Amino acid sequence: MSIVTVQLGQCGNQIGHEVFSAICGDVRGRHGLCSKRENDSYHDACKERFFCEEESAVPVARAVLVDMEPKVISQTLSMAARSGYWKYDERSHFCQKQGSGNNWANGYSVHGPRHKEVIMNLVQKEAEKCDRVGGFFTIMSMAGGTGSGLGAFVTQSLRDAFPSSFILNHVIWPYGTGEVIVQNYNSVLTLSHLYRSSDALLVHENDVIHQICAQLMNIKQISFRDVNQVIAHQLGSVFQPTYTAEGALHYSRNPLGDLLEALVPHPEFKMLGLRNIPQMPERSLAYSTFSWPGLVKHFRQMLIANAKMEEGIDWQVRPPRPGAFVPSSHSTNKPLRFNTSIANLVILRGKDVHDVDLGSFRDPSLYASWLNPQDTFNAWKTPRAFNKYEKSAALVSNSQFLLKPLDSVVGKAWNMFASKAYMHQYAKFGIEEEDFLDSFTALEQVISSYTTL
Amino acid sequence: PRLSPFAVGQCGNQVGCRFWDLALREHAAVNKKGIYDEALSSFFRNVDTRSGGDGPGIYKGKICSLKARALLIDMEEGVVNEILQGPLRDVFDSKQLITDVSGSGNNWAVGHKLYGCQYRENIVEKLRKTAEHCDCLQCFFIIHSMGGGTGSGLGTFVLNLLEDEFPEVYRFVTSVYPSGEDDVVTSPYNTVLAMKELNEHADCVLPVENESLFDIVNKIHHMINSGKLGSTVKQTSLVTSSAGSANTVQEKPFDAMNNIVANLLLNLTSSARFEGSLNMDLNEISMNLVPFPRLHYLVSSLTPLYTLADVNVPSRRLDQMFSDAFSRDHQLIQADPKHSLYLACALLVRGNVQVSDLRRNIERLKPSLHFVSWNQEGWKTGLCSVPPVGHSHSLLALANNTCVKPTFIELKHRFMKLYKKKAHLHHYLHIDGMEQSCFSEAISSLSDLIEEYNELDATKGVPRTDPARLKIAV
Repeated sequence: MSIVTVQLGQCGNQIGHEVFSAICGDVRGRHGLCSKRENDSYHDACKERFFCEEESAVPVARAVLVDMEPKVISQTLSMAARSGYWKYDERSHFCQKQGSGNNWANGYSVHGPRHKEVIMNLVQKEAEKCDRVGGFFTIMSMAGGTGSGLGAFVTQSLRDAFPSSFILNHVIWPYGTGEVIVQNYNSVLTLSHLYRSSDALLVHENDVIHQICAQLMNIKQISFRDVNQVIAHQLGSVFQPTYTAEGALHYSRNPLGDLLEALVPHPEFKMLGLRNIPQMPERSLAYSTFSWPGLVKHFRQMLIANAKMEEGIDWQVRPPRPGAFVPSSHSTNKPLRFNTSIANLVILRGKDVHDVDLGSFRDPSLYASWLNPQDTFNAWKTPRAFNKYEKSAALVSNSQFLLKPLDSVVGKAWNMFASKAYMHQYAKFGIEEEDFLDSFTALEQVISSYTTL
Repeated sequence: PRLSPFAVGQCGNQVGCRFWDLALREHAAVNKKGIYDEALSSFFRNVDTRSGGDGPGIYKGKICSLKARALLIDMEEGVVNEILQGPLRDVFDSKQLITDVSGSGNNWAVGHKLYGCQYRENIVEKLRKTAEHCDCLQCFFIIHSMGGGTGSGLGTFVLNLLEDEFPEVYRFVTSVYPSGEDDVVTSPYNTVLAMKELNEHADCVLPVENESLFDIVNKIHHMINSGKLGSTVKQTSLVTSSAGSANTVQEKPFDAMNNIVANLLLNLTSSARFEGSLNMDLNEISMNLVPFPRLHYLVSSLTPLYTLADVNVPSRRLDQMFSDAFSRDHQLIQADPKHSLYLACALLVRGNVQVSDLRRNIERLKPSLHFVSWNQEGWKTGLCSVPPVGHSHSLLALANNTCVKPTFIELKHRFMKLYKKKAHLHHYLHIDGMEQSCFSEAISSLSDLIEEYNELDATKGVPRTDPARLKIAV
C-alpha cells in the first residue's frame, strides 16, 4: 500500500524534499549489506510506498505540495528534478501569492475553505495513482500560518473525505526562543485541532535536532538544511520497509496502519516522539563499529530517562520497582525523571538484527499500569542496512517524551493570552478568544492525561 | 506578492527616487539573465513598450520594459520632473504621476483637506489602475515626511483612501519625522495632525529621524576619511551610497541620507522577493510585531553600514553585526531600545548567515534586553539567501519598543509650545474642513498613545507572576 504525503508550508515542503531525497538515496545505495534478493524486495517495497513509476524513468514522489506563497514550492520542485534521481509530479502542487502571514486563523479560516476543493482534488488524484492507499502523511510546522492553520484544515478535510484512512501528522516544533512571535498561539491552535482529526502526531523539535547537529554531527554553522536532513534521516529510519512480524517473509505493506496499531491503543494518547541512534557525520561512519547490546542498552536508557540524543544520558534514572508507590504529580513543575510509556516501537536495521534481544523493552515497569503488557511493545526489523549505517535503531515512543515541551508551549501561550496580545490579529480572520479557550482546554486535558500515567 | 510604494511630497519623492534606483541595482546584481522573474515582479511590471506603458503585463520571459508599481505624488513639480528627466524616466509613465504647481506651503490642512478633496478622484482612479496591474496586491508603502504639507497632509489623505478602497491590503508607512531644529516652524502641527492618521489607519509605521540619518552619514564619512591602512571599503556596500546605480549625476546633499531609507525598504522586502531558508513576508511582520492595534511603531536599524573589501568574514564580525543592530547609534530614530522595553523584535538577516548564527546571537544578546512579561521569547526571525549589493550579509532589526516614547513626548512638547499661543493656527483654520477640534483630537490621540507606552514602561522590572493555568478535573 502507498502513502500519500502532503507537504504544507515552507517547513513542510523543505522537509518533504529532504525526506524523499533521503529515501531515494538509501534505496539507490549499494550499502545494503544484504543479499541482492533482499535488496530488491526492499527496493520494491519502498517504491510502492513512496514513488510511482509513470512513463518517466525517474520515480515520481507520491506527494502533494501546498503553500500560500510560490517561492518554496518552486525551489522544491526544481531541486528534486535537478537531482536526476527522482522528482515530483509537476502538476501536484498548489500555491498562492499572499502567504498566510504567520496567522493560524488566516490559514485555517480563510485559505482552508477557499482552496479546499482544489487541494482535495490534488490529493484525490495522487490517491488514485496508488493501487491501494495505506494512508496520509502530512508534514508541517506548527509555528507559522500555512503549515499550521491550513495544515489543520487540510487534516480535517482528509478525515472528512477519507473517514477510514490512516492519517499521521508530522509536526515540527519551533525553536523555544522564537522563530515566530505568535508561534505558541499557532501551536496551541494546531495541536488541539489535529488531535481531533488525526490518528497520531509524530513530533520533531527544532531545538533537539539542532543539538544533534551541533554535538553529534559536529556541524559548525548549522543551517535549516542540516536540521532538515537529520529529520529526514530519522523519518526514513522509521518508514523504510521492515518486517513487522517475527518470521515474516515479506516486507510489511501497511506501514502507517502497523505503526498506529502498535503505538496508539487509546485516542487520548496520540503524541509520538522519535529517537534514532547512532547519529554521526558520514565521514566518521567508516571508523565506527557498533554492537547491538550496546546500542540497545543506550536506547533503553534514552527512553527511560527521556534523553533527546545519545549524549548526556542520565544513567541514574531507573524504572520504579513494581508495587512501589509512584507519586503522580498534577503539577508538572516537578521534573518527571522517569519517562512512563504507553507504547514503544523499536525498529532495527542492518547486520545481525535477528539475534538482537529486546526483552528489556518489554519490562512492564516501563509502562502505565493499566495497559495490557502484550500490547505495549513491538519490534520491526530488517537486515538491510539504512543510509550507510551498518547498524541503526529507531524508537517511536508514545510516552511522556513530549509532556514537558507541550506544557512549556501551552504555558507560554497562556501567559501571552492573559494579556490579550495579538488577539485582534486572529479576530480579523474569525478566531476569537473562545476558540483559544477551547484549544487551551483540550490541551490541558492531554497534558493531564500524560502527566497521570 | 505585489508591493506598491507611493511617494508623496518632496522628501517622499527624493527618497522614492533613491529607492527605485537602488532596487534596480539590487535586481540587476542578482538577475543575470534578464528574465522577468518572481522577484522582480514584486515591485515592477514588465510591459511591451510598443503598446505604450499601459499595455498588458508580460509575466514571463525576457525583460522588455520595467515599470514601477508606484505612484509619485507631489503638489510641486520640481522633484518629480527631475526624476522624469533622469535615468529613471522609463520606469514611470505619466499615468503614475500626480503633480500640481503651487505646493502645500508646509501646511497639513492644505495637503490633506484642500488637495485631498481636489485630487481624490484622480488618486482613486490611479490607485485602481495600479491595483489592476497586480495579480495579487499585498502591501502599499507610503514614503513621506511628517513635517511639511504635502507628504504629511496629502500623504495621510492617501493613507485614508487606501484603507477605504483596499481594506485587505497592508499599509506600511515610512515617515521622516522632523528634528528639533527643523526650519519649518509649523512642523509640530503638521506632524501631530499626521500622527493621528497614522495611529488610526496605518498597519505599521517605520519612523525615521533626520538627525539619526545625519549621524550615520557622518560616522561613515569619518570612518572613510580616517585613512586606516588596509581597510578599503567596498563603495557599493555603503548604506549611504548610490555607487553602481543609474544615478550618475553628482550626488545631492540628501542623497546619502535618503539612500539609508531606501535600503531600509529594500531590506524590509528582501525576504518577500528573494528565496531563503526562513522566509519573512510583510504580512508576517505586521502579525508578529503589532500585539495591539495602535502600538505599531517600529524602530529600525540597519547593519553593517559598510563592508570592508576583504572577503573573509570571521564569525566575530558576524556577531558584531548583531550587536550593532541593538546599539543606539545604528537606530534610524533617536532612541535607545536597549534601555527601554521590548514588546517584540524582528531580525531579518540576508546573505550567508544560518540558523545557528541567529540562535547564538539571540542567546548572547537576550540577557541584556528587557522584554515585556508576556513575551519573554518574542523574536521573529527571517533568513534571506540574497545579500544586499556589496555585502556578504546584512541585518535589519525591527523593534516594537517603548523607546519611541521620547520622540512622541518631545513632539507633543513642541506642539503645545505653539498651540498654547495659538501661533499660526489661522493658516490652518481658514482651510475648508479644518476646525479647532482637528487639533484637539490630534493631540488627544498622541497623548493616548504616549499613555499606552507609559503603562507598558511601568511594568518594566516588576517581578512577573504567571497567570494560573486552567485546571482540568482528573
